[in-house]
Amino acid sequence: MSTLTQPVSAHDHAEGPADAPLTLVEYGDYQCPYCGAAYPVVKRLQKTLGKKLRFVFRNFPLTQTHPYALMATEAAEAAALQGKFWEMHDLLFEEQHLLKPEIIPSWAKRIGLNLEQFGNDIKQGVVEKRIKEDRQSGIRSGVNGTPTFFINGIRYDGPPDYDSLLAALESASVLRSV
Amino acid sequence: MTALKPEVQAPDFSLSTTPDQKVSLSESRGRPVVLVFYPADWSPVCSDQLALYNELKPEFSEFEAQIIGISVDGVWCHLAFSKDRKLHFPLLADFEPKGAVARQYGVYREKDGESERALFVIDAEGVIRWSYVSSVGINPGADGILKALESMAKGEKAVNI
Repeated sequence: MSTLTQPVSAHDHAEGPADAPLTLVEYGDYQCPYCGAAYPVVKRLQKTLGKKLRFVFRNFPLTQTHPYALMATEAAEAAALQGKFWEMHDLLFEEQHLLKPEIIPSWAKRIGLNLEQFGNDIKQGVVEKRIKEDRQSGIRSGVNGTPTFFINGIRYDGPPDYDSLLAALESASVLRSV
Repeated sequence: MTALKPEVQAPDFSLSTTPDQKVSLSESRGRPVVLVFYPADWSPVCSDQLALYNELKPEFSEFEAQIIGISVDGVWCHLAFSKDRKLHFPLLADFEPKGAVARQYGVYREKDGESERALFVIDAEGVIRWSYVSSVGINPGADGILKALESMAKGEKAVNI
């Protein structure tokens, strides 16, 4: 059974209460079509479970398979430095079919980032360390592709559709209250 | 059929990787080898085990470990698949006799005519130091492999995972 080696902390990008009974961690790649498909599923789960769910996104760009994945990851982390991680994360998935290097500056502008700082943070490799840390924690935790989900720290190996994930989250919730 | 366990000498083999190239295990003597048996080429992309190991080549290289993939697919299939996924390690065709090497390692699924999803970490002397068989439907990831390589690098007698 594969478990998260790096517990969720304040350092993570999280949506939902820190004391939520359920934590769903996704290791994802912005150019991966399966992660693109998982994006609306996660949104739906968040809507259904409300305050019971904390969702955390960590990076696992498959740079060999997806040529734009790293660049997209850097964009999201650079946006995070200006407090707009989720805006960029959501935009990257919502417009995944348009993803290419030339479009990133316009997306950065769209979410109101300081473009000069955005560009510098990426160019100077400010976000590199964090991306490497996510890669390492992912490898150690048994990430086996993208997306890889962990429910309350345990890798989820079921199908990535809404009903299966909801069922797994609900049984994790029952386990916790026992 | 059970997979070969640690402390056993890994059976040598020589299989085609392209129509005119063969790879044998004994060629890699002197460095660790990670043998990846998998059922078939062309499984869904991003949860693909081989894409993951391809991504993690830098981590494996830290241990000078060579990754080798083996399935019963033929060389032309491997060529196309490897090119499509931009793989940077050899895929071997356990094609004729079908599954012979998988059988030697105790990881052939007779009913399906494919090998298990099985991992073997072999040391520089050719001895199996860790093996793991995953359910066919689950990609085992790389954490077990890396822990085994680390343990070996530390000179531990038995690989503790």
